[in-house]
Amino acid sequence: MELIFDGIRTALFLIFSFDRDVLEVTLLSLEISCSATLISLCVGIPSGVFLALSDFPGRRLFISLVNTGMGLPPVVVGLFVTLFLWRSGPLGFLEILYTPAAMILAQAVIATPIVTGITIASIQNLPANLKLQVRALGATPLQTVWILVREARLPLLAAVMAGFGGVISEVGASIMVGGNIKGQTRVLTTATVMETGKGNFDVAIALSLILLGLAFGVNYLLTVIQQRERPR
Amino acid sequence: MSIILEVEDLRIRRGGVQVLELPYFSMNAEEKVGIVGPNGAGKSSLLLGLACLIERASGRIRFQGAEVSPGVEIAYRRRIAVVFQEPLLFDTTVLDNVAEGLRIRGTGRGEARDIARDNLELFKIGHLAGRSAHKLSGGEAQRVSLARAFAVRPELLLMDEPFSSLDLPTRIVLAEDLGRILHESGTAAIIATHDRIEAFHVVERLVVMEGGKIIQEGTPDEVMAHPANAFVAAFRRTTGAG
Repeated sequence: MELIFDGIRTALFLIFSFDRDVLEVTLLSLEISCSATLISLCVGIPSGVFLALSDFPGRRLFISLVNTGMGLPPVVVGLFVTLFLWRSGPLGFLEILYTPAAMILAQAVIATPIVTGITIASIQNLPANLKLQVRALGATPLQTVWILVREARLPLLAAVMAGFGGVISEVGASIMVGGNIKGQTRVLTTATVMETGKGNFDVAIALSLILLGLAFGVNYLLTVIQQRERPR
Repeated sequence: MSIILEVEDLRIRRGGVQVLELPYFSMNAEEKVGIVGPNGAGKSSLLLGLACLIERASGRIRFQGAEVSPGVEIAYRRRIAVVFQEPLLFDTTVLDNVAEGLRIRGTGRGEARDIARDNLELFKIGHLAGRSAHKLSGGEAQRVSLARAFAVRPELLLMDEPFSSLDLPTRIVLAEDLGRILHESGTAAIIATHDRIEAFHVVERLVVMEGGKIIQEGTPDEVMAHPANAFVAAFRRTTGAG
């Protein structure tokens, strides 16, 4: 127990003294995970809407693949992103392996199926005849999609939360494609693993608390928006 | 009176089965037509087909003399309105729900809201304007749905059993209000119904459907006096007509 209390004491000191290293790691974590979430939203929401509203041969197979992708193990993603970005790999010419860009890419690959899957469920959970009603009001196909997405906005915020939660907390892919390089690709999760390995439990606890606080803060903000959005 | 809607050889297939076969149907401007028939008679398919909301296997629809081809379906739907059995309101305020059809047509927010307010008053629900549409009673929600349909000043209003989920007293009051508003506004309307109250308050001509076909037409009194099938006979008995 003493170890934990020491850890919490150190954590509070590191947080409130604005320790430069901790601040750097925290900001980089936020930057990478927010960028990856944004990319996953840009790809996942349109894909989810398309899969939810369209009807083509193989659609169920695509939805099954998305649902499987929602549980993609980060280490598997890390492995394949590494292979793709490796010097001799198909995307080796980008020369971004062991950079934050590679970490954003890997995290976006993890978050996109989560966002897509929740988007599909959100749109499909709307009343069955709502699409007909929107079209009956004279909406164009684009207006129809816009109104349906607007109607599903509250569950779609859950997609943002799930996507962000999935990437801010993952470590496998980040360590594989980022390499945990100090000052360049070290983020909260990879730093926590490293400090635990070195036996610096107090620092590891401090980093974990910041990580938890960050995840809670972002989700709290989104929850406030979500609840405020609902008309009374 | 001029013909507003004319349909020839309309056939609709759903799930590989023909659910509607309509060699000819027409209605005059300002006319109110009721469609009655048992479940599966083809009433909803007819309304969805007339609104071009489902694919038709064959047939031609002419609205105000012009053919409704696939390229002009959206423009056509902007001249009509459809009210479904469920109110299908959007997750926003009552006022913005009623303004939605106008917003879709490009009307500015302020003007759309002003028109929406007038239509809420028309249906005696002006006091609900700021309320969440998802927190209304069944009767209130259906009034909002009707106000939304009327807000776009439709030349033709299609209604698919709009009051079927409401209790009898609410249904009677709503049917009376709808009948009055339809007659005052001179809007042509087709209403699919299971209910003689709706039929007698709203319509001038009754069409009886069975198995996807029209089997009888006439004024409500004529149809009730000479029921063409067991459904109409039961319809008359259960509501005490004739």
